[in-house]
Amino acid sequence: MKDGRSILAGGRFDLTISRLAHEVVENYPNWDNACIIGIQESGVVLSDVLCSQIAKITKRKRILTGKLDITFYRDDFRMREVPLAASDTELDFSLDGMRVILVDDVLYTGRTVQAALAALQDYGRPAQVELLSLVDRRFVRHLPIEADYVGITVDAINDSYVKVSWDQEAGDHSVILYHNQSQQS
Amino acid sequence: MSNGLSTEHLLGIKYITADDIRLILDTAKTFKDVINRPIKKVPSLRDVTIANLFFENSTRTRISFELAEKRLSADVVNFSASSSSVKKGETLLDTVQNILSMKVDMVVMRHPAPGAHHFLSQHIDANIINAGDGTHEHPSQALLDAYSMQEQVGDLNGKKVVIVGDITHSRVALSNIHCLQKLGAKVRVCGPPTLIPKHLSALGVEVSYDIEDSLRWCDIANVLRIQLERQDIKYIPSLREYAKYYGVNKDMLDRLDKDIVIMHPGPINRGVEMTSDVADSEHSIILDQVENGVAVRMAILYLLASKRKKTGATS
Repeated sequence: MKDGRSILAGGRFDLTISRLAHEVVENYPNWDNACIIGIQESGVVLSDVLCSQIAKITKRKRILTGKLDITFYRDDFRMREVPLAASDTELDFSLDGMRVILVDDVLYTGRTVQAALAALQDYGRPAQVELLSLVDRRFVRHLPIEADYVGITVDAINDSYVKVSWDQEAGDHSVILYHNQSQQS
Repeated sequence: MSNGLSTEHLLGIKYITADDIRLILDTAKTFKDVINRPIKKVPSLRDVTIANLFFENSTRTRISFELAEKRLSADVVNFSASSSSVKKGETLLDTVQNILSMKVDMVVMRHPAPGAHHFLSQHIDANIINAGDGTHEHPSQALLDAYSMQEQVGDLNGKKVVIVGDITHSRVALSNIHCLQKLGAKVRVCGPPTLIPKHLSALGVEVSYDIEDSLRWCDIANVLRIQLERQDIKYIPSLREYAKYYGVNKDMLDRLDKDIVIMHPGPINRGVEMTSDVADSEHSIILDQVENGVAVRMAILYLLASKRKKTGATS
């Protein structure tokens, strides 16, 4: 895979995150029965960033947040060459009656989200589940799943690969689009 | 990231690597979280069918495997030799092949003949898990023991473990010795000379006949059951005498006055291998072992199932 092309970075990246946070706050006047859940592993970084922004905007000390690992819920188990290593799930509260915002960095086929929805059911019956995704690759869906909050829409062809790169120390985050080598030559 | 297990069957600890053991123990950690949730089930093995073939009696291991299978959403069929065609003279291979022709993917088997699992693994297309073969190995017990030890004392590298009791007739002892040595622990066995195999030191374990000295030496004591049902001749004069010289009691532990972990794979003969006040003391982790058994067996099943590719599937 050759070097990718940055399609969202610097000030524009921060602006997008800030807009997403404001959109969420607009729809959630009450955070007593709402929570943000990041999908392991890459969704967790985004959900942490969002949580701190939302806490700032709403002037709340803490937003209820969790991490969800979906390894055991994936539909491609036994199709991969190597088994996926599971990450931790940190959800120490019941989801009964909660409004849940599910967070992932890239929405692609929709299979990860489907697995996450199945996994959520094992932690209670949420009143509502919404999906937030930083990147929406809208032309490659395998399932009828759409995001409620989208940072940037990418119309990339199937062989391309989109990655969100987080540099927490430098605060330099970006969305990078890689093209398959065979397509570049 | 790990490449998965190096084997397609769990025939014994002797045949897997230290990395395999660590992968199983790490995976078990995440499954322990799962079984402590309100909903203790994940759908990973929903398209896998597992046969539990028990040619020998079992309570704990069988229930533990069955729970592990059900919590991974596998379909389960149970078989016990006492109520089957084995009584009518069918051979092992025929019995298993008949069961497999009903499209079974994995076999969990306990069998009185050492090596029965090896034999089967060469003849049938299913992942085989040894749930005990005679006096040979009991790998899932050794793995859950190692997991329980790690929970108590952390990394086992350099830790001292003594295995007490009937070493000759114990498959738990042999699997434990292999497992602990692969994880870097120092192993000693302790028991009456008649119940310790003659050339055991060839495995690199210390041999002792003094229970108090062994308890003083160790961080962890794994106390085994006296297996009267496997003893065709008298190895010890009486259970009373065994209890007197090799039974672990509270006075002994009080005299040691140190942190020591006491384990027992069950079923426990109270008053023989250890007294009731030891089995129920703060040193004992016997019930933790049983809980961890389900998580460790889920990890074994999950990791072996992932070696079994879906037919016609693309990766």
